Amino acid sequence: MRWKERIIEKALLLVTLSSILGLALITVFIFKEGVPFILKQDIARFFLSSDWWPADKPPAFNILSMIVGTVFVTIGAMILGVPLGLGCAVFLTEHAPRSVAAVLKPALELLAGIPSVVYGFIGMIFLVPFIRYFWGGTGFSMLAGAIVLSIMILPTIISISVDAISAVPRSYRDGSIALGATKWQTTHMVIIKAARSGIVSAIILGMGRAVGETMAVIMVAGNAKHVPRSILSAFRTLTSTMGLEMSYATGDHQKALFAVGVVLFVMIMILNSIALLASKRRTG
Amino acid sequence: MRRMSPQTTQRIATSLFWLAAASAVSVLLFIIVFVFIKGLPVIRPRFLLMSPDEGGVFSSIVSTVYLAVLAALIGSPLGVGTAIFLTEYTRESMLTRVVRFGADCLAGIPSIIYGLFGFIFFVLYLGMGFSVLAGSLIMALMILPTVIRTSEEAIRSVPHEYRDVSYGLGCTRWQMVTRVVLPSALPGIVTGIVLGIGRCVSETAAVMLTAGSTLSTPKSPLDSCRTLSVHFYVKATEEGISDELYGSAAVLIIAIVIINTVSYWLMHQAMKKFS
Repeated sequence: MRWKERIIEKALLLVTLSSILGLALITVFIFKEGVPFILKQDIARFFLSSDWWPADKPPAFNILSMIVGTVFVTIGAMILGVPLGLGCAVFLTEHAPRSVAAVLKPALELLAGIPSVVYGFIGMIFLVPFIRYFWGGTGFSMLAGAIVLSIMILPTIISISVDAISAVPRSYRDGSIALGATKWQTTHMVIIKAARSGIVSAIILGMGRAVGETMAVIMVAGNAKHVPRSILSAFRTLTSTMGLEMSYATGDHQKALFAVGVVLFVMIMILNSIALLASKRRTG
Repeated sequence: MRRMSPQTTQRIATSLFWLAAASAVSVLLFIIVFVFIKGLPVIRPRFLLMSPDEGGVFSSIVSTVYLAVLAALIGSPLGVGTAIFLTEYTRESMLTRVVRFGADCLAGIPSIIYGLFGFIFFVLYLGMGFSVLAGSLIMALMILPTVIRTSEEAIRSVPHEYRDVSYGLGCTRWQMVTRVVLPSALPGIVTGIVLGIGRCVSETAAVMLTAGSTLSTPKSPLDSCRTLSVHFYVKATEEGISDELYGSAAVLIIAIVIINTVSYWLMHQAMKKFS
């Protein structure tokens, strides 16, 4: 009996270690493939030139336009998605009648399950022609990307802020109402303040989703190589470049895509750490 | 400018909140209704059971199920085992913190990064080629953080008295885990796995880079395949709009609705149990 228990314990430890190993392997591999390439490049040029010509001789691998594309489409998605997501979260926790909330919550979770290609497709056949018709150009644009992403980040923002808002003690609400504040005053002066760190981490994790989304962006971005000049220009992101080119890339091109992966990885890690710190402050 | 009275602000705020919720829901409804109107008429037994060259999606459905099941089979023992170890076999320590931090970080890593890794490591380096196996290994890794965290939560929510009583009856730790804790935590654990399967169904980028996009029914784990969402992507971007495209989208959404409903129901079972 004793030795059996001991074997099981060791086996479970082994399982745990292999989980960590699998997860660590990804990080190590991406950096091992990508970082040497970045170090070989002229770093300033790598980040500040938009020449990405993998097939030329000599090829050029510089990522400015992708960084600009990623950053701006994310900002656009946040401008549209954050108010909407927070509004939904406050509605669900503070305003919605029980029966409405009971239907709404699973419905909004469904938004998270819909495949990103379907979002991209809907954007491609509705948003893109719409933008083309009203504002000219091809319609494949920052604006289309930002709108699609703003919908896709809703579930993340909503579910995490709902958790944060529901964690605010009941007595805060009662106290504020008893002092004569209206529901809205209570919401924005008391509840939002008390749930602030959770809401911050919701927004940042939503941002991470927008930065990391690939397929939907590919389908509406137009994937142009230049630095986008307006919200109506076509653009490309770090992720879309990898998604489009990885399957046929060889040699230096492949290494360059890993370098793009490293940049993306670092961006996401920074966002995640901020979100983790924010939520730690809430519990700690 | 005159300040608005609190009552007016209240009214404006309330209507804005209703508006936010209504617009989010209408986007969802719009997508689902649109896809169903265009896609449901296409879904016939013929469509589901024919090979792609005859205008069906049979091979893609088989590929999706194959890949998702294999990924769940690889990922769940790892994830649940890790969760059991973290909750029942160790105290808070460096190890638990590292695992939890790792799981939290990797839950946020974009799928394309997993795809990149899978492509280089499984497909090229280990020589699996584009295959169901490579695809399901990468999906197993991708759902691992979710499975670990949900199982951990489910196991933690089993009341402490259960454990004390089983020790009191002379159970060993493993007997306590398998006969008392796991059965009680089962709905919660399965919720995590079901959500993971949902992720396998909807994932495109990572699957395309590891399982490829060959249009044939996979016969062994080493065959390349094209899951439904990859099929949808390829058709939408290369062939333009067609009936089959809407049909595949409708099948995808039906699958996701079923998976979400099951996980939601399970979660309720889990919550009912200890409240």
